[in-house]
Amino acid sequence: MNRNLVFALVGNQNCGKTTLFNVLTGSNQHVGNFPGVTVEQKSGVVRSVKNRTVTVVDLPGIYSLRPYSMEEIVARDFILSEKPDGIINIVDATNIERNLYLTLQLLELRVPTVIALNMMDEVRANGGTIDIKALSTALGVPVVPISAIKGEGVSELVDRAIEVASQGILPAVWDFCGEDSPVHRCIHAVVHVIEDHAQRAGISPRFCATKLIEGDGGAMAGRLELDQNEIELIEHCIKEMEAETRFDRNEALADMRYAFIEKVVSQTVVKPKESREHRRSLAIDRVLTGKYTAIPVFLAVMFLVFWLTFNVIGSGLSELLSLGIEKLTEIADAALISYGINDVVRGLIVEGIFAGVGSVLSFLPIIVTLFFFLSILEDTGYMARVAFIMDKPLRKLGLSGRSFVPMLMGFGCTVPALMATRTLSSERDRRMTIMLTPYMSCSAKIPIYAVFSAAFFPKHAALVMIGLYVTGIVLGVAAACVLKNTVFSGQPVPFVMELPNYRLPSIKSVALLLWDKAKDFIQRAFSIIFLATIVIWFLQTFDTRLNVVEDSSRSLLAGVGKLLAPLFVPAGFGDWRAVTSLISGFTAKEAVVSTLSVLTGNTSAAELKGALPGMFTPLSAFSFLLFTLLYTPCVAAVAAIRRELGSRLWMLWVVLAQCATAWVVSTVVYQIGKRLPAFGVPGYIILAVFIVAVAAGFVWLANRSRGDVYAVAEPKGEASLSAKPKRKRGGCH
Amino acid sequence: MTLDKLKPGEQAIIRAVRGDGALRLRLLDMGLIPRTRLTYRKAAPLGDPIEIHIRGYELTLRLAEARNIEVEKIEHNEAEAGV
Repeated sequence: MNRNLVFALVGNQNCGKTTLFNVLTGSNQHVGNFPGVTVEQKSGVVRSVKNRTVTVVDLPGIYSLRPYSMEEIVARDFILSEKPDGIINIVDATNIERNLYLTLQLLELRVPTVIALNMMDEVRANGGTIDIKALSTALGVPVVPISAIKGEGVSELVDRAIEVASQGILPAVWDFCGEDSPVHRCIHAVVHVIEDHAQRAGISPRFCATKLIEGDGGAMAGRLELDQNEIELIEHCIKEMEAETRFDRNEALADMRYAFIEKVVSQTVVKPKESREHRRSLAIDRVLTGKYTAIPVFLAVMFLVFWLTFNVIGSGLSELLSLGIEKLTEIADAALISYGINDVVRGLIVEGIFAGVGSVLSFLPIIVTLFFFLSILEDTGYMARVAFIMDKPLRKLGLSGRSFVPMLMGFGCTVPALMATRTLSSERDRRMTIMLTPYMSCSAKIPIYAVFSAAFFPKHAALVMIGLYVTGIVLGVAAACVLKNTVFSGQPVPFVMELPNYRLPSIKSVALLLWDKAKDFIQRAFSIIFLATIVIWFLQTFDTRLNVVEDSSRSLLAGVGKLLAPLFVPAGFGDWRAVTSLISGFTAKEAVVSTLSVLTGNTSAAELKGALPGMFTPLSAFSFLLFTLLYTPCVAAVAAIRRELGSRLWMLWVVLAQCATAWVVSTVVYQIGKRLPAFGVPGYIILAVFIVAVAAGFVWLANRSRGDVYAVAEPKGEASLSAKPKRKRGGCH
Repeated sequence: MTLDKLKPGEQAIIRAVRGDGALRLRLLDMGLIPRTRLTYRKAAPLGDPIEIHIRGYELTLRLAEARNIEVEKIEHNEAEAGV
């Protein structure tokens, strides 16, 4: 029987790697035109090969094999530690110079390698040619021209890959330094010193040598168990080379590689004058990133996406789905009754599970619609431009331009917003974005704002609404500044990013993504959310003696509400019904309104409006709204936080921090408002100004101390940077 | 002069890449090494970051990063001639 083979799929970002992976495996891995979509490695079995199992591992898109970014560490470690049988290096033919830079480093590894020269159709269509045979000879490995999108050349690629891997054919060329250059002498001297060590460690001596010369933070020296003498000898060789070339070590190696590439490219590639795709991209960019047009277009695009998602398509589908779920619930209910099932069990199934999971599932169409638009923006290459446009304001918060879209989506629904943070390539930015997104007031809170505004501030409803949104944003900004200087102190990630050519998204890729997101969400709805709804139902249905309650005011949940109510007296809403509604708001924010209706014995929102003034004063109502704005996100969002941050502890931290902020803000506002002589609309404005001032003070304080913190925090930042990959590595096993 | 001082459409050759740590390595990896020619495309609407054309692709980087890159401007006719 033929041996089973494992291949690593390696390439730059935006070179069509994931498209090729999908073609090879038919897996539902997402393809993005935004740099850094693949964070974790995914693997799949090649479909077309029948007589053996050929597995392909999709490694993160990387530009180099240096161990300083998460993606590069994952890719490098996989190749060095897992020792795949072969490497399929995908190279974007339209951008061949920079792509070959990684190729040269891969060839140094001395692992059977095949180059998949992607987007050859685009090169040819523009009148360019590449001498495949000459390129293959120059690099010493088979080169197969392919078009991943059209699936052309893929079967030949698979054949060649299996050939080199099964026969163990190593790259024939690995020496890229010009004959008798100082770099050449240095590399060969270092190879000579470490050859035995490298062979013992099972790594290519050539690769070890270049990594030792590049510095590598001592990792390679440790791996090879070099002694002090050898390390000094190597250092001496490097110093000599630096003196001769007048480059420093890293420059010298980068220069060596690019010089080799330039030579190979000049001999094998006839470049088209300027490709159509590139010209088209530049023309589009004149508008989309133009000085005066970029921001209006961006706002218009975002408005359109939001409007279509939350008002037109998503909400329409959501209503349909809700209707469907309702019908299903009725049928199930009727069935349970006709079979004479116990009332409590029926309650659990119908009022607990069906209602709970159903209400969460009704978000599904909105999420899928939102992702439909986002994946189009991403695959066309527009997201990279959004990062380009919005980087400056976000950098002030310690984030980068790439965080903008997820945070904006937070105004719609926190859950897809958190899921969208996956597109951020920096783990630090991603975690910070996740922690800030809950400050963006989600659309499920609108019914609460609406009912309270109608009851207490009918003339100033819009002002109150805007005030709440702005308060959320301002506090988010303040929180960002605090986080930036504490948890996430240290260097922000460099923003050196490719702006890929605009491309039409492939329908298959978008469809695969949507299916992936929908599956993800449904799985979650039926696991953690399922459990949470059962718990809440249980608390709502039973009293302390585990008897079923007739009157909801005697349930465990109400008991908890009554227990916690005194806590909220300083904030102005110590009424147990208010507190209980907040607790049930944890399942979904709309539940605050429905619970208040039930507890006050009103059935409709209109009736509730009449009952509220008995429970709240305008001031305490405002304080209550501030609390709902800021306190813990709903269970679906918390589950997403847990998933995206990969830690229960962090999730708890976020929930507690949100609740604490909410309590402090609403209490402060209530206490100050109570002492204001005439509390009216001017009072709100004063309060709003006050909140903004406090937040701004925070920002100022945080930034003032930054000077001192920075120097101290830098090593800390580095420490956390090197600690992260370890955790990630653990997760890969 | 440094890269951030260029105007839209101007071409230049990189003379030195300064700075330290991961950022500098990243710049080198992306092909910003001495002797390389680049075209300054534009700044983002808010003035930062900037977009350059290098080695056949578009790259964006921040002004702070661009200040580390020492360049020498190529006059236009010289650039046209493909020097």
